[in-house]
Amino acid sequence: MKFSVERMIFVMTIFSGILLLSGCSSLPHTGCNSIIPPLRTYEDVVKVDGPHLLEVSDSIEEFNRGTYRFNYYFDEYLFLPVVRTYEFILPDYVEDRVSNAIDNINEFGNFTNNILQLKIKASGITLSRFVVNSTVGVAGFWDPATTWGLKRQSEDFGKTLGYYGVGNGSYIVLPIMGPSNVRDTTGLMGDTAAFSLAGPVAWINNTGITTSFSGTSAVDKRHRIPFHYRQSGSPFEYELLRMLYTLKRDYDISN
Amino acid sequence: MWIRNATAAPQPYFYPFVNPYEATVMELPKYLEAKLPEEVPTREFTLRVFPKREIPEVFWYEDGLVCTLAYQDHKAPLVFVIAGTGSSHDTPRMKKLLKALYQGGFHVISLTSPTHMDFVVNASAGLPGDSLDDARDLYRVMELAYEKVRSEIDVSGFALTGYSLGAFNAAFVAKLDEDNKYFNFSKVLLINPPVSLYDSVSTLDQLLVENVPGGMDKFELWFRNVLAKFSNVTKEMGHAELSGDFLYNAYKRLPPSEENLAALIGLSFRMNSANMIFSADVMNGGGYIVPKNARLSNSTSLTRYAMVAYQTRFIDYFNEYLFPYCQKREPKLTRQSLLDRLNLRYIEQYLKSSEKIGLIHNEDDIILMPGDIDYLQSVFGNKARIFPTGGHLGNMSHPDVVSFMIDFLTGKENRP
Repeated sequence: MKFSVERMIFVMTIFSGILLLSGCSSLPHTGCNSIIPPLRTYEDVVKVDGPHLLEVSDSIEEFNRGTYRFNYYFDEYLFLPVVRTYEFILPDYVEDRVSNAIDNINEFGNFTNNILQLKIKASGITLSRFVVNSTVGVAGFWDPATTWGLKRQSEDFGKTLGYYGVGNGSYIVLPIMGPSNVRDTTGLMGDTAAFSLAGPVAWINNTGITTSFSGTSAVDKRHRIPFHYRQSGSPFEYELLRMLYTLKRDYDISN
Repeated sequence: MWIRNATAAPQPYFYPFVNPYEATVMELPKYLEAKLPEEVPTREFTLRVFPKREIPEVFWYEDGLVCTLAYQDHKAPLVFVIAGTGSSHDTPRMKKLLKALYQGGFHVISLTSPTHMDFVVNASAGLPGDSLDDARDLYRVMELAYEKVRSEIDVSGFALTGYSLGAFNAAFVAKLDEDNKYFNFSKVLLINPPVSLYDSVSTLDQLLVENVPGGMDKFELWFRNVLAKFSNVTKEMGHAELSGDFLYNAYKRLPPSEENLAALIGLSFRMNSANMIFSADVMNGGGYIVPKNARLSNSTSLTRYAMVAYQTRFIDYFNEYLFPYCQKREPKLTRQSLLDRLNLRYIEQYLKSSEKIGLIHNEDDIILMPGDIDYLQSVFGNKARIFPTGGHLGNMSHPDVVSFMIDFLTGKENRP
């Protein structure tokens, strides 16, 4: 897509040359529909020495913008209504218990990825959290481990890959799930595979339970994300999300 | 601390942030806020201000101007609220104001600022930023909004308020209504308006330029650091949210430097301006940031336009785009005469003589120039309530501020 902007600017330059020759540039409103470069151009205004925060590798930008648009409609007309119904039916207290229980089951991914990154202490903490919260915390509905000083050691396979030096790769907007990149999408597939092959899904081996877990988990996840499309009030929301996602993942991996 | 207004009975006013930048950024924790209802009966409605206007494909998510109505179940006055720079009708601040006014006995219609892209795309007749044009655009929206809801609510009269740029807009709308007489507002309250719009926006923009350590060349480094700090705090606290209590607690854990706060205020203003400038340019056929006649689709990359827009100050927009645009229409217009009309002094006589127009402000408001408070005090006299602290809008949900607002708008203010 970067290419097409460059191409557009190229076309603009050619056109402005033609316009100068044809004398049409002074009369842009007389049916002459040619592209005229703006007063403030990228070339003049933006002084780039080094990477710019907003310029993130995005080789399938046109497709990504399509997915972003799909996600906006999906969120607005399907996902959020479901989440609002969920929030309407359940009291906040119960919602928090559900969140805790799901977090507890997801300690599986934190554990495997801490192990993969050879973070022995964090793996130990994660294991202890799972044991404490599953027992004292009654199947994870409560989180006594955190009050005892055992803080959640969040990890995922995308971060594990990053830890071993795998770069971001191009930005990808995933359907429904939103911002990601090649590395994190690979990571997500890895985590999902591990979760179903060796994790809680495999332990239970019951499609009904697995399906309702996935459903509840998706609703709970959306319920916890305070993001609403278009709340930024910015025509550059796509760019801002892409930048913030990239910065956040960079930060998470380097810490 | 005491309220400055000598005519009012002195009463203690406590506000936790003495630093004006802190006051501006931080929200009051709940226990210091005015008690407001959890829920009030509201509904959103959409106005198609220019039914024949074709919305450009690049704004595929725009489909009319959305407003919020809060309705009483009995006859009551209707108050219009105009949001501040770059804000929409449903920001947390607007929601609080709506609740406070509803609680004060009003039907309320919340309006998006003429500088917000939703307004620019759906309701601006031309470029935003000229006080007179913006007032006409707002007036048109207000008439349509009232027409849309008048069958559902029983209205006894009209009032008007707004904060920051919205207050500035409200003053010019009130003046316009003196000629048009559609609403005949009984009361108009200006909450923390700028005196000179140009001076205020220059100040806000300078906050960014002057407070990023090492200058704008080091912006990226600074921005990464700020995000890292914020991530650290949210990690420690286990979650992130944009509520007053959360920010207050986060703040107590990690007091950010005054430079960071100032730069963040400047950044937020710069981003709001960029949104407005880009949208206004597209809606007016391009030529400033986007090429003239370029067709932007719903999947065109806007990254380079964003980069240019974020490097464009409001005063660049004023000098390079708005002024030439206005001058084309009014050939005799000079830069100075346009500047003069972006100033409350332009309607000083009206503000002075009209009994219905009141003011709330803070002595330490960061958008004011030296001398502005004295000027405002001299213009509004005993129709002004000026608090010693509160920064720019920081104290808007403070109980003393809320009760002055309601008292003034309902005509119950305690004046000698």
